Amino acid sequence: MSDNEHFSVSRREVMAGGAATAAATAIPVASARAAAEQAGQVPTMPVAFEVNGKKVELNLDTRTTLLDTLREHLKLTGTKKGCDHGQCGACTVMVNGTRVNSCLSLAVMHQGDTVTTIEGLGTPDDLHPMQAAFVKHDGYQCGYCTPGQICSAVSVLEEIRQGIPSHVTEDLTGTMQPTRDEMRERMSGNICRCGAYSNISDAMSEVAEG
Amino acid sequence: MEFNAPAGENLFDKARIVGKSTPRIDGPLKTTGTAPYAYERHDVAPDAAYGWIVGSAIAKGRITSMDVEDARNAPGVIAVIAAPETKPVGTSPYNHAPLFGGREVAHYHQAIACVVAETFEQARAAAHLIRTRYDREAAEYDLAELAPQAPLADGGKALHKRGDFDAAFDAAPVKIDATYHTPDESHAMMEPHATIASWKGEELTLWTSNQMINWGKEALGQILGIAPEKIRLDSPYIGGGFGGKLFIRADAVLAALASKAAQRPVKIALQRPLIFNNTTHRPATIQRVRLGATRDGRITAVGHENWSGNITGTDGEDGTAQTPKLYAGANRMTANYTATLPLPEGNAMRAPGEAAGHLAFEVAMDELAEALAMCPVELRIKNDPGAEVPGDPSKRFSERHLTRCLKEGAERFGWSKRKAKPGQVREGRWLIGMGVAGGYRGAPIQKSAAGVRLSGDGMLIVETDMTDIGTGSYTIIAQTAAETMGLPLDRVRVELGDSRYPVSSGSGGQWGAASSTAGVYAACLVLRRAIGEKLGFDGDSADFTDGAIRANGKSFALNDAGEMSADGEMTYGDFQSDYDLGTYAGHFCEVAVDAYTGETHIRRMLSVCDAGRILNPLSARSQVIGAMVMSAGAALTEELAVDRRFGYFVNHDLAGYEVPVHADIPHQDVVFLDTLDSVISPLKAKGVGELGICGPGSAVANAVYNATGVRVREYPITLDKYLDRLPAIG
Repeated sequence: MSDNEHFSVSRREVMAGGAATAAATAIPVASARAAAEQAGQVPTMPVAFEVNGKKVELNLDTRTTLLDTLREHLKLTGTKKGCDHGQCGACTVMVNGTRVNSCLSLAVMHQGDTVTTIEGLGTPDDLHPMQAAFVKHDGYQCGYCTPGQICSAVSVLEEIRQGIPSHVTEDLTGTMQPTRDEMRERMSGNICRCGAYSNISDAMSEVAEG
Repeated sequence: MEFNAPAGENLFDKARIVGKSTPRIDGPLKTTGTAPYAYERHDVAPDAAYGWIVGSAIAKGRITSMDVEDARNAPGVIAVIAAPETKPVGTSPYNHAPLFGGREVAHYHQAIACVVAETFEQARAAAHLIRTRYDREAAEYDLAELAPQAPLADGGKALHKRGDFDAAFDAAPVKIDATYHTPDESHAMMEPHATIASWKGEELTLWTSNQMINWGKEALGQILGIAPEKIRLDSPYIGGGFGGKLFIRADAVLAALASKAAQRPVKIALQRPLIFNNTTHRPATIQRVRLGATRDGRITAVGHENWSGNITGTDGEDGTAQTPKLYAGANRMTANYTATLPLPEGNAMRAPGEAAGHLAFEVAMDELAEALAMCPVELRIKNDPGAEVPGDPSKRFSERHLTRCLKEGAERFGWSKRKAKPGQVREGRWLIGMGVAGGYRGAPIQKSAAGVRLSGDGMLIVETDMTDIGTGSYTIIAQTAAETMGLPLDRVRVELGDSRYPVSSGSGGQWGAASSTAGVYAACLVLRRAIGEKLGFDGDSADFTDGAIRANGKSFALNDAGEMSADGEMTYGDFQSDYDLGTYAGHFCEVAVDAYTGETHIRRMLSVCDAGRILNPLSARSQVIGAMVMSAGAALTEELAVDRRFGYFVNHDLAGYEVPVHADIPHQDVVFLDTLDSVISPLKAKGVGELGICGPGSAVANAVYNATGVRVREYPITLDKYLDRLPAIG
């Protein structure tokens, strides 16, 4: 699967995808028009941002979260909905280089932002080093929390590299090290009920050590 | 084919692929977010409308009125399904609580309405416009109050005696008598129960998240009153289940009803705050364990009584399940009582019975060891029962290596450094302790079928309705087929979870790995014979290796067979009923308890497992460490808090129901003993996924005691229960 096939959301598809909620014009499908008419009764807002290197423009019900925008409008279902309340971390994506729980963020707040999802990190035929390390160390089982774990893991190593302290950082003035405890502490917002934590720790350590 | 005698030597004893650590073949899809889960099937239902389920605000009583007009008139709403307007759906043998329809409410967050709209946001907003009034009935929700009157389970049959327990316990020079409490627990799998339903005329397709495809198909037929043949279930990827997705739940029922009403596909995921009360849970238990022994540590009396409750008064949590199997003792008594308790439905959660049972029984063993002034590892080894099942002498163990698990574990863990007297080891602010537990989980095996197909271009396709709930089924099935057909792993494609495929064992009770691979093996043997008939050799005796076949001095390429397919099923003969098929483990744990705050950290965990041939050590290890994590949660953090006034679980989300997170779990070690069990199947393999939750929590509890000298018998062991009893800070 090439990168393009993997994420080939064209402007036309984005518009069609957005039609379920949006007052989009000239959608030549009766049900979509009916949907748009119905949806017209609720406030919508245009928003444009970049997802995995591609610009998207949407007209959205203002209540739509970034998570549901990705999953339902852009069909990027790699980002998971585990709780919809910011409790589990399955929906973790990176916005302007910083990880966020996309379920706690409304899409219309992201005008001009740059969003990276699991699909933007790698593909089955071209895995990101963290994805490859998760496969090697079996850092997952059911796979549902996995995209969020991987997005967090990549972000955590970057946070440590930037010297951003955590609750367990012993020395706030020295060079921060990607110790197991640092990583575990920072990953604790990503629940894995299959309990792959020990393997995820191995995968992250391997990537951290290069 | 029927497996009707213990397996002799076969191709798995010279395996090249089975038994080798193999990264999951579905790994690249799962790690890139491209494995499609139930709610994500835009490919099959691009025009699906969105459903939102409303749960009952009372636990028991009746809906007196439900006003849905505002919801029906809300923007984007397509349909509203209201329970008072809907005849109650049918039941199936797999469900205890009613799923939908009518005015009666049997438990909190029972589904009472479903709003279908063009968008998720519209469905959610409209659902909040429904106004429901109830006539609430009072009820008793406290297990401790109900337990004394609870009847024996299994229609009064759940009392098992051998010898004279009362006399032996009275006469024992050393004894313990302790009562333990385990709380209600939730599966809390990461993927919510989710379904997309679509009707074509009378035919219904559900893209859903279900562990047991054929059970689900049959049950849904009964629930909806349609022929199961008209129903298709498809669950290729399942975001965790742990028993919570063994059964059809409200998402599937309401997606089906709503799709009919809306006349288009409807998708529903149970909202996370509904899951804890709407679906099933592991029931709480009260367990009294009495053990008597001679002064030199021979157990003479074993008594274990268990009380739990459930909505129908049946199928509670039987904490005595492991007790007849683990240790010797001539005089025995186990009893299991189930109260009628109108909380949400209790049902199977990972190692039902044993998981809770070990938390009591394996701590009681620790208490007995202390009373005897004996090493708890030694006590367990001394009471190894030999060949016969101590609680049921009509059966003998097929394979049992618990003593080896304990000895190897003690050696590897550095058990000899443990101080028998608790509260003696201090490292700075930390009190350090070690704990051990034995572990037993039955190894049931089920008939299982599969279809195998040679594509003609070098690929072998395996099709079975088996599920992969994170257990690694895709990979072990591919390994089994590759081994049997003599193909490299990458020439095998595995298709799972579709009810159009042959009926498998499904995933539950840690039977999935052993059962489904045996079924695939059976199908491959049928295919080998068919190829042999086509090309002129004996498929059973031929050698299939690396895509080539050698038979009677002749050589063929597997591709010479062209396109071919075969179905096969493995069934099991009566000879297995002479045996107890089980899995065993020795679990070890080291904890550090903050001497000032009482905060507990797990520092090390080790499980040594005896579970037959390990088909894929990489994923089997993950099964065990994952179960150790869940067991650590049961010991230290997990509890569904019961509101005893209003009858519901208060902490019904992932913020309030505390499962272990990264910071709670250290590096974990797992050792698999190289044991084979020829009684279970031709692969000589048993499951491990539930063995790992039978005992590690007890080792944690015993380690906390060893660290602090405070014994907490009410799980979870949270610091509020022992902070005032910690040793004085010296």
